[in-house]
Amino acid sequence: MSTVVKTPHQVYPAREFDVERVRGDFPVLHQKVHGKPLVYLDNAATTQKPLAVIEAIDHYYRHDNSNIHRGVHTLSERATEAYEKVRLAAQKFLNAADSKEIIFVRGTTEAINLVAQTYGRKNVGSGDEILITALEHHSNIVPWQLLCEEKGAKLRVAPINDRGELLLEEFEKLLSPKTKIVAVGHLSNALGTINPVGEIVRMAHARNIPVLVDGAQAAPRMKVDLQALDCDFYAVSGHKMYGPTGIGVLYGKARLLEAMPPYQGGGDMIASVTFEKTVYNRLPYKFEAGTPNIADTIGLGAAIEYLNELGLDEIEKHEAELLAYATRKVEAIPGVRIVGTAKEKAGVLSFVMEDIHPHDIGTILDSEGIAVRTGHHCAQPVMQRFNIPATARASFGLYNTREEVDALVAGIHKVREVMG
Amino acid sequence: MSELRELYQEVILEHSKKPRNYRALETANHKAEGYNPLCGDHFTIYVDLQDGAIKDIGFQGSGCAISKASASMMTQSLKGKTTAEAEELFTKFHDVVTGHAEGNEENLGKLAVFAGVSEFPLRVKCATLAWHALNAALKGEQEAVSSE
Repeated sequence: MSTVVKTPHQVYPAREFDVERVRGDFPVLHQKVHGKPLVYLDNAATTQKPLAVIEAIDHYYRHDNSNIHRGVHTLSERATEAYEKVRLAAQKFLNAADSKEIIFVRGTTEAINLVAQTYGRKNVGSGDEILITALEHHSNIVPWQLLCEEKGAKLRVAPINDRGELLLEEFEKLLSPKTKIVAVGHLSNALGTINPVGEIVRMAHARNIPVLVDGAQAAPRMKVDLQALDCDFYAVSGHKMYGPTGIGVLYGKARLLEAMPPYQGGGDMIASVTFEKTVYNRLPYKFEAGTPNIADTIGLGAAIEYLNELGLDEIEKHEAELLAYATRKVEAIPGVRIVGTAKEKAGVLSFVMEDIHPHDIGTILDSEGIAVRTGHHCAQPVMQRFNIPATARASFGLYNTREEVDALVAGIHKVREVMG
Repeated sequence: MSELRELYQEVILEHSKKPRNYRALETANHKAEGYNPLCGDHFTIYVDLQDGAIKDIGFQGSGCAISKASASMMTQSLKGKTTAEAEELFTKFHDVVTGHAEGNEENLGKLAVFAGVSEFPLRVKCATLAWHALNAALKGEQEAVSSE
């Protein structure tokens, strides 16, 4: 009999970034699609999971499954410890000041809705404004529209240029005493643009306006330092950073979180309940009503550990080289136009082909085993800005290779051949 | 590759590049939009319906090769047909592209070229978008319909 908490993931020594070795960590990559080796280039939609993540979830259900924060028995204690360890890992990963500022949610979408429905409902009123950018994903548009509709507030949108870069001067002009919150993406899922979030936070804070940053695409691609960035809220999705679906993190500054009403009521978010009065639990539990997604939180912990082990700097470097190589190769193909050519860019290569609809591109690439996303990428206003219905999008992950980019290029030539 | 060739047959590619009846009908008394939010395909179907028969039909919009060719060939095959005949043809077409029936010249005429779609389940909604819009137009529905 043992009372020792077995951690499902081991500590590995730091190692050189070796993409072939890294690929060995991802079982799903080693398969054929339509008789061709799978080339997975849809990482902005969701990333594949390393064995460490799959095994952490498996281990939890096989050995530690129990409800957390309440049992006095051994399994509950183990589950609670494993769950809370991930909060500390997430705090460290994002460099938040305090672990109570880390709220577990279903994903970025829920994180933004949480802020809109708690901070937003409390602080936004009739005639007020919420400022976003023209680069946003629907998940950073619609929650604010719902709030505006309810409160009679107005959604303002800072424009972008033809390269897909935010016009910072225009953004600053839109900040006014009416602006109650700014919500911006860190890295555009449709175009790959990296927004100047540091500048945005500085400009907004100079006017005492809080800033929410949608970090879904940035967190797996670059080192995020929340204390340096100084934003007020930051949202990430586990499944876009090599972790499971159904788990994400909302970071909020403690001062703001303390003053916000709860999002949902239920178990775990209370300190005491009587029919006359309920006292809410302290942070972060005030925002985690009900039994949380324990298994996937533990899976997220394994993903964070995996990213730490490879090093975000190494991953960023690898993906930057890959994107530069792919951009060079793809833009050289006649009849292909890259959409989104920002100077500061990562991970995403969106393109269109004259006379060929992205949907046809997607089907033909798939027949070559190449998975790309085609469509509006949940960013219809971005498509409207460029006057196109859709793009084909290749998005890179830490396990992609130059050979896979070459396969993409050959696939695009095939598209031209089939479509005539 | 052969499945891909079945999908992108010459006739389909030709129609997608040079769609027939690609115009807004001034005489249209029925009209509806078809929209596929997933891929952004968007068509408007115009019908001039006289005494229960399709006297003239046209369409406009944008979409992938399959959806555009399907709209083009649909308009060609429906001119002069009654609404009941149009509905019957849609049922047959739907059964073929979803793999529930064999497609051949006898039951579908020229539309049999779309039989290859059944090997690509994700593209069924592209092939049927214009037909759904036509259905809505004939029923006089004003809202944009979706093939989702």
